[in-house]
Amino acid sequence: MSEIWRALGKAMVLIADFDPDLVEIIGLSLRVSLTAVFIATVIGLPVGAAVALFRFPGRPVLVVLINALMGLPPVVVGLIVYLLLSRAGPFGVFNLLYTPTAMIIAQAILIGPIVAALTRQTVEDLWQEYGEQLTSFGVGPGRAVRTLLWDGRFSLLTGVLAGFGRASAEVGAVMIVGGNIDHLTRVMTTSITLETSKGNLEIALALGIILLIIALGINASAYAIRDVAYRAES
Amino acid sequence: MTLASLLRTGLAALLLTATLVSPGTAQERSVRMLSTTSTENSGLFSYLLPIFESKTGIRVHVVAVGTGQALRAARNGDADVLMVHDKASELKFIADGHGIDRREVMYNDFVIVGPREDPAKIGGNKDVIRALQMIKKSGAAFVSRGDDSGTHKAERRLWRAAGIEPEGRSNPWYREAGSGMGATLNIAAGMNAYTLTDRGTWLSFRNRRSLSVLVEGNPLLFNQYGIMLVNPARHPHVKVAEGRALIEWITSPEGQRAIGAFTINGQQLFMPNYRGGGS
Repeated sequence: MSEIWRALGKAMVLIADFDPDLVEIIGLSLRVSLTAVFIATVIGLPVGAAVALFRFPGRPVLVVLINALMGLPPVVVGLIVYLLLSRAGPFGVFNLLYTPTAMIIAQAILIGPIVAALTRQTVEDLWQEYGEQLTSFGVGPGRAVRTLLWDGRFSLLTGVLAGFGRASAEVGAVMIVGGNIDHLTRVMTTSITLETSKGNLEIALALGIILLIIALGINASAYAIRDVAYRAES
Repeated sequence: MTLASLLRTGLAALLLTATLVSPGTAQERSVRMLSTTSTENSGLFSYLLPIFESKTGIRVHVVAVGTGQALRAARNGDADVLMVHDKASELKFIADGHGIDRREVMYNDFVIVGPREDPAKIGGNKDVIRALQMIKKSGAAFVSRGDDSGTHKAERRLWRAAGIEPEGRSNPWYREAGSGMGATLNIAAGMNAYTLTDRGTWLSFRNRRSLSVLVEGNPLLFNQYGIMLVNPARHPHVKVAEGRALIEWITSPEGQRAIGAFTINGQQLFMPNYRGGGS
């Protein structure tokens, strides 16, 4: 137990010191995970909405598939992206392996299904509630999608935050495709793994506490934005 | 905001972030080296490579994985230089045409660490083969790397030499961690078990709990590190000039001296032993 307190103290010292290495690592973590969340949202949102509203053959299979992909093990995604980006793989010529871009691709694949699945559920629920109304007003499908996405924006935000949580917390994929290279692809989670394997358990835990603080900060700001938006409407 | 304008903004932001994250250091010379967790965890590279970098202006990006994974990635052409410690696999790597210019750089040694209570009574025993037999006989827990790394291969050779096949369900005392050296030491420390580790990782390891070195100083525990260039004939993108510069420097008198000067708590971790030539 005393080790956990010492780690807390160490975390405070690390934050207070504003250690440039730590700042670099935190900056890269945020850049990679936020970009991945962004890409996953840009792709997952329309896909989820489309699956919710349109009826086409094979739709149930697609719904089950997207839901199942939410549980993709990060290390498997890492391996697949590694094999694709490796020099011996189909996209090897782009020389993306062991770069932040490779890490973004892996995380976007990892969280795309989360955003798509939660969007589908949200939009489908809303459609069951308002579908008849919208149809009776003669609203076209494109307009209906926009209305429903806007109506469900707060639930969708939770989905996006869940995606960010998974991205910023995973280590299996970024370790394989990023390689944990110092000053190039080292992020919070790979640093925690490295310090743990050096036996520096307190520093590792201190980094974990800082990661938690960052997650708290991002979720708090999302909550605040939501709150302001609610008030503005009511 | 309509969906269309949302998408437009999104696309613009996507392009912006893409330019932000693309490595803007194209003019910087760099070389990528695949190496092992034992060298990275010992802190050798963070001491050694800045010297090379300030001298040549070439940045070295180290990807530290187990020797097995390192050899595999190097075969795929995912690095310029390979530095590992399993001579048999290295020579096969060269013979198969995946690498060129292999040089022996340095060595350290393996040690058997275990709990202070030492249930198998192997402490101070220089005969590592006998020690392994005593561990098996006592049934005390032994944690293996189990990850096909250089250290794991060395450990398996020692068990074979002791006439023991430790893998399998019939040996509950033998636990394969499937992890890097540091992670394996954490497991051994947590369950008061024996394990084989390279001395470098052990000396820099901070979570020893009740573990201490029990068996050391046997020629069978010798651990040679080799460095080589990934074959540019097979992988034309390999940075030959930068890779050769690194190999030349690390085997130069200056590089060798720097390796010898690396200590933790006054203890030297690696003994430079480049004797000229290459294979």
